[in-house]
Order: sequence, then structure tokens, then C-alpha cells
Amino acid sequence: MSVLDIFPESSSQPVAPPAGAPEPAPRLSQPRLSRLSHLRQLEAESIHILREVASEFERPVMLYSIGKDSSVMLRLAQKAFYPAPIPFPLLHIDTGFKFREMIEFRDNMAREVGAELLVWRNEPAIAAGTNPIALDTKRCCGLLKTQALLDGLRHYNFDAAFGGARRDEEKSRAKERIYSFRDGAGQWDPKNQRPELWNLYNARIHPGESIRVFPLSNWTEMDVWQYIHEEKIPVVDLYFAKERPMYVRGESLLPIEQSFVALPGEKPRMVKSRLRSLGCSPCTGAIRSDAGTIPEIIAELLSFRSSERANRVIDHDQEGSMELKKREGYF
Amino acid sequence: MTTLAENKFSIDDFMAAERAKDLLRFSTAGSVDDGKSTLIGRLLYDTQSVYEDQVRSIEGKGTTAPGQIDFALLTDGLRAEREQGITIDVAYRYFSTARRKFIIADTPGHEQYTRNMATGSSTADATIVLIDASKGVLPQSRRHAYIASLLRVRYVLVAVNKMDLAGYSEERFGAIKADFSALLDQIAADTGNPVEARFIPVSALAGDNVVHRSEAMPWYSGPSLLELLESLPPAQQSNSAPLRFAVQRVLRPDASFRGFAGQVASGTVRPGDAITALPSGRTARIARIVTFDGDLEQAHAPLSVTLVLDREIDISRGDLIVSSDAPATVATEIEASLVWMDAQELAPNRRYLLKHASHVVPAVVARIHHRVPLESQSDPTAQSLAHTEATTLGMNQIGVVSLRLLRPIAVDRYGDNRLTGAFILIDQASNSTVAAGMIRAAVALPQSQAAQLLQTAITGPVTSRERFVRWGHRGGVLALTGSIAIADQVERVLFQEGMVTLRLETPAGEGAHFREEAASLDQTAHCAAQAGLLVLIVTASDERSLIVHAADHQATLSTEDPQRISTEIHALLTEAGMLAQPWRPDYEI
Repeated sequence: MSVLDIFPESSSQPVAPPAGAPEPAPRLSQPRLSRLSHLRQLEAESIHILREVASEFERPVMLYSIGKDSSVMLRLAQKAFYPAPIPFPLLHIDTGFKFREMIEFRDNMAREVGAELLVWRNEPAIAAGTNPIALDTKRCCGLLKTQALLDGLRHYNFDAAFGGARRDEEKSRAKERIYSFRDGAGQWDPKNQRPELWNLYNARIHPGESIRVFPLSNWTEMDVWQYIHEEKIPVVDLYFAKERPMYVRGESLLPIEQSFVALPGEKPRMVKSRLRSLGCSPCTGAIRSDAGTIPEIIAELLSFRSSERANRVIDHDQEGSMELKKREGYF
Repeated sequence: MTTLAENKFSIDDFMAAERAKDLLRFSTAGSVDDGKSTLIGRLLYDTQSVYEDQVRSIEGKGTTAPGQIDFALLTDGLRAEREQGITIDVAYRYFSTARRKFIIADTPGHEQYTRNMATGSSTADATIVLIDASKGVLPQSRRHAYIASLLRVRYVLVAVNKMDLAGYSEERFGAIKADFSALLDQIAADTGNPVEARFIPVSALAGDNVVHRSEAMPWYSGPSLLELLESLPPAQQSNSAPLRFAVQRVLRPDASFRGFAGQVASGTVRPGDAITALPSGRTARIARIVTFDGDLEQAHAPLSVTLVLDREIDISRGDLIVSSDAPATVATEIEASLVWMDAQELAPNRRYLLKHASHVVPAVVARIHHRVPLESQSDPTAQSLAHTEATTLGMNQIGVVSLRLLRPIAVDRYGDNRLTGAFILIDQASNSTVAAGMIRAAVALPQSQAAQLLQTAITGPVTSRERFVRWGHRGGVLALTGSIAIADQVERVLFQEGMVTLRLETPAGEGAHFREEAASLDQTAHCAAQAGLLVLIVTASDERSLIVHAADHQATLSTEDPQRISTEIHALLTEAGMLAQPWRPDYEI
């Protein structure tokens, strides 16, 4: 018997309210049932989605971005097809600006899980020296992420691509379907999305079109960390607080990587810090933190008053910038 | 930044409390000005579910008085929505309290967004219907309640909003409650799905009875909206319901393992249980319930697991594993409620793809019984819901139809099972999801016939049954004499409905050569009909009508209107036995 937490009926009573609390609301009729914790419900839903896609598409792929959401998605894929191997490859879109730890972690992970790992880079743009300082972040992302993603998907002829995006991340993501239809150019039309009812997904596409699939749509940042804790899923060391050399600009902590361009006279300082969300090194700020373990990260998350993407430069370029990027084919 | 030591945070205590939380999904609907976005913004804000940077990003914007936060901006995501100040699509929100985690499906409420309301309701355990206290019950509230009942959302929480503008009047609240209760009874009688309703007087703007109980209405002693949401029993399928498990994928990593991966839609499964695979009717017992985390002693809805059986039986994706004691109904003819969701209206007799559980089968709408008019102009306080006759269903319209499936599937009534009683229709040409369906009744196909039909020979010549399953009709010859324009329409209508046709023109002329040609044509037609094609032998004349012969039956068409041609041709094909399903008792080879 596994440790799946299926609660017997007896434990489904609500916790007694503290003294002085208003009296509890009257209860409606109670059917006989046992309860599944919210994480188990989310897990079951995600596994259902992974299996549907693997069965209904000819060439699915999992976009693996090395972050915590990708780590959870990868574990769910292992669970969905156990004892068989994961029936699709992983694809990493490498901008050349990823942290060194991320690349090492990626290669180890793929080996351990036994999945086929594909890496795609927009080599012409990288060779031309594309970077977010010379260009603006919007154009840099457009070339190194969006263009690379579209080229990679086209090169391998994938018709469905899993992404680890969650609806709680950003306003325009809140409206995205689990099966997000993309036209022949990989673009999203938010006003013309297919209705999505029950757990019935429409997998029909014409040649050249594709579907982006988001199995973690209904997970929150807190759910992801709780699941990582419960399932003991390995994540990149950058998520854990350590003394790291940082350039400090106002409230921003900028990690040092090979690509960093310091201002004249700027010197790095050792700061106890961690990354809350992993992106490209020039565009991902660190946060001051003492959280060196997953329980400490969860405790820290409970105290946070800012959303996780607040440290991502790319989302704030302009009002609705994520939506614009997504329309162009970004994840 | 928090100092961890000070808080004495215990991860084990925290996780134990989190594990005790379940998930409740609820939907909301409302129009521009009835305060729905404000209500949700208020729920999120007052439960500390929004971050400071999100609040900062909307401060000083919006339409509320200076210094006040326009909560609606927290939830309106797309640029077009912010530009137009309206909500155009379903948005999902997440928040949690000490007791429970919530997923909100936030949907626009205008008439043209009925499809979005249905989408949000399809997975909801509860729905919040907002009524403006100053306006009372509007057609929109009626439409919302109707959809909630049709989609079997179990709890309807009626938030009578803007009580501050109605002087916090108990009489006003009581009158709305009485009106709406009468309406709910009427709706339940029409859909057959009773709902449990709760009424709460609120002011989303002032925060009365949303999260905290209000002091402004001492006459109301009930819970706040959030307290009610926290205390609703989770409306999951009861574990004592019969087992339903749609096979999504067969896992065979090596010769020694063969497992059926899927999600328990309802009921409980244990090793040793007797199961039946439908529609084939093959039986076996459960040997193991396999998961990545080890074998389970039992699994119930909604767990995703892999079942291993005690013997080798032929099961593939799309099959429904059910408890042998209480199997589902295997059918090719079903009656269902449809919510039409596409700009292109319903075409009777045209081939659509029906997705149900984990399989897709071709289906046609054979008959539209009636439409339920929920338009704004109809009187929201009418005594009963009128039905109107309809020849089609347009975007956002709801009706009851009969469908004919080209392959048998195992179904339940939607009233008995929300997952195995639901389906969507997909347009084969555009690939759009055009309708949501809820099964009301199914004509049970005797198991012997279903089994016979499903005997799929892998070798030998292709049979007429197999052709029927592929094409939806038997082979036959139609003789078309008269107007060439109408004949063209007949061919086009049949082709668009997915039938396999062959068109032959009769030769004009006389003499031996002509007779030879005519005989050869006859022979070709016969061969093609035997191969399952519908052969159209067209003889053009100057007539303004077209006479169609099929076997011993005949019809005269005097219109080029595709819809009328479709109706009449289908009547003729039915009379001539060309649509007779090979698994029906009246089928003749």
C-alpha cells in the first residue's frame, strides 16, 4: 500500500473553530464519500492530461525548462506511464544565457529519468551576439526563446508540446486553455479559443497546426513547492539560499554569470540570496533569503507579499506584455 | 524577510494541515455592471490571495473613486477586456483558506457567452449567481441558473449584491429570494436536475457578507459567502457509485506486463473485483492496481491509476471498464441536451465527431426535438419554460436532440454520471468544438448485437458491417431523373454529410451501342453499390423537379434548399433501408 493520502470519512470533518469564532455555517446534505487531498486531485488531473496527449497526438514533446515546474511535470510524466518509460522526448530551448548549474542539472536529470533530451538553440542569433542589453528584453526573448521554440518544434515536426506554465502566474495565463491551440505560425488567438468542458479535450488539428498543453494549469506556486517536498523531487541548487556574489542595484540583486555587464566602478558583494524563478541570467534577479531547504522555502513563501514573476524583468516591459508575447508564439 | 527561527515553523504540522484541505471548484457568471469581478476581487483581496505587486499594478486605475481599489481590475486579464471594460473569456483563479483550496472559473454573463458559462459550469461543484438587489431577477440570472442546473452544478449560491444601494432592505432580499426560488423549481422540472440553493445578501463593494459577516444587516444571521463556500460538502462522485474507468492507454513495457492506464471516473476499484470491458462485454477480474508509488489496495475517483487484469482480454483505448454488477449502457442511439458553441449552426444529418470519455466516434444529429429559449426578451418570471420547435441550433442556443452514432459506445445518463454522461461534438472540417452534450437517454443495444458488430476481422475481405462503421450507410443505387441543378445539390448534400458517393450520367442516344453502354453502366453501379458506395445515376431533363428512386421507394424534390433536400433524402434512404444499422434486429444483408 502506498502513502497516497486517502482520507477516510471520519477525518473529513472540518477542524473545530477557535473559541470566539462565529458559529460555523449550517451544513448541507453530506454524501458518503472519502476525500482526496488537493495535491492528489491535482496530480490525478495532470496524469490524465499527460496520458490523453500521449495517446492522441503523433509527435508530442515535453518542453523542459529545468525550473521547479518542469521538475514537477517530469515527475508526473514518470508516474503517468509507469512502469513503461516516458513515451516522448524532452526539449530544452537553450538561450545560451542559462545558469551553469541549470545545464548540469538538466543533463543529470535526463540521464536519471532515462528520457531522450533534445536541445535547440537559435544559433544564428546567438552567433550574432543577441543579448538583452544591446537589444531590449522583448526583442531578445523574441529571438532566443520564441523564435528558437518555433524553429525547434518545426524542425522535429512536433504536433503537441507540454509546457509547465500555470494559470496563477500571470493574468493572461489565467485565460489559457489546458489544450492551447496554435495556428501554423505557432500563434495564440486569445479571443478565439476552443471551449474546454469536463475532461474532454479536442485534439484535432490540421497539418502544420499544433497544441501547447499545460498539465499544471490548475497548480499554484505553493502547490508546486508542497509537491516537491512531499515527493522529494530534486530541484536546481539556485533555488536554495547561499552566500553568492551579486551586483546590488537598488533593491535588485543581479547574479554574476559570464554574460553580465557591470556598470563602471560596480563591484560584486556576497549576499545570502536565492532565485525564486529560473530564467536567463541577465534577466533574472535574485532575492535576499535565508531559505536553504524546501521547508524553509515554503515558510518563506507564506510570508511573501510579492508574486513570483515580480523579479522577472521580461513581464513588465509594458501593460499586457506576456499576452503579446504569447500571441507571437511564446509559451 | 521572515526570520524562520522566530516563527517556529514546523513543516510537518503545516503539511498535515494542508493535506486535510480538499479542493472545491466553483464558477461565477455576471455581466459588466452587476459587480461580479468586484466580488471575486474582494474574495481574493480579503483572503490575502493577491500579492502587493499585483495590487500596486492596479492602484489608481479603473473606475472607482480616488483612493479606492477597483477590484475588478485584479481579474480582467486580456488587453481587449481592459480596453473595452468587459470580460470576454473564462478565467481561472486560485485561492485558499485554512479549510480549503478553491478554483474559480470566472465567466462572462452576457447572452453571447452562454458557451463560456457552460464551460465554467462543467467542472464546478458550486456556482455563484449574482443578482443586483436594485434590479431583481433578470433574464441573465435565469440563463445562468438554467445552465448550472443543466450542467448539474450541485450548489447554487445566490449572492444578492448591492444591498448597500437597496438600503440593506430585508423585504427586498425576501422578494428576490421568493422570485428566484420559484424560478429554480421551474428550471429543475425542465432539466430534471434539482439544485440546492442558498441566498446571501451582500455588498461586494463594501465587503458586506463576502468574507466577513456584516453588521449592516442584523436581520440576516446566516454565513458569509466565504463561510458557505468553506462548508459545502465536496460534490465529488460518491464512492459507492458504480465503477467507471475509461482506458486512456495500454501500457506494455515488456512481454510480462500489460496494464490499462486511466482515471477512475466514479466508484471504487479493488483487486478481485469483477469487471466488464464495454462495449465488447468481455469480463475479467482486477489483479493489481499499479502506480509509480506502489500497488494500491483500492482506488476511487478521481485517482489516475493503471489496472492489471487476471487474464488476457482484448481491451484498447476508448473502452470503458465498468463494474460487472452495474454496467453502463451500450448504445448507438442517444438523446441528449446540446449547448451549441459555434458560429456555424448545427447541420442535421451531417457527420460530426463525438468525443466521449477516451474515444471519438462519428455521429449525426438525426432529430432536433426542441429548443429552450433563454433569450433576453423572454419573460424571466413566466410560469414555465416554453419550448420551441427548431430545425437547427445556433451559437449559444440550447436544445434537446437525438443522435445516431456510427459505432456503439458505453454511456450513462448525465444525471447519473457527470463524466460518462457527457460528450463534445467536433466539426470534422474546421476541427472546432461545436457543442457540449449531456446524455438524457440511450437506447440499449443487446449485448449479442454489440459483440457481433465489434468483431473486427483483421484478415479476410472487408465486410459490409465494417464499411457501415466507416461510412455510416450501406451501398445502394439512387436513380435521379429531372432537374440537373437539384441533382447537383443532392450529390453535394450527401458528400458534405460524409457519405461515399459515385455519380454516373446515363448516356444519351439510341441503338445497340447505347444499349451496351447502358448495360455497362448498370453493371458498374451494381458493383459500386456492392462495395458500399451510394451510386447516383443522373438522367437530366428539362423538368423543374427531380424524381429520386431508391429500391422500391421514390421521392420528388422541387427545391434546391440544402436543408430540405437533406431531410427528404434522409427519409428516402431510411425507407429504402440504406441507413439501417447492421447491428439492429431489422437489418437485412
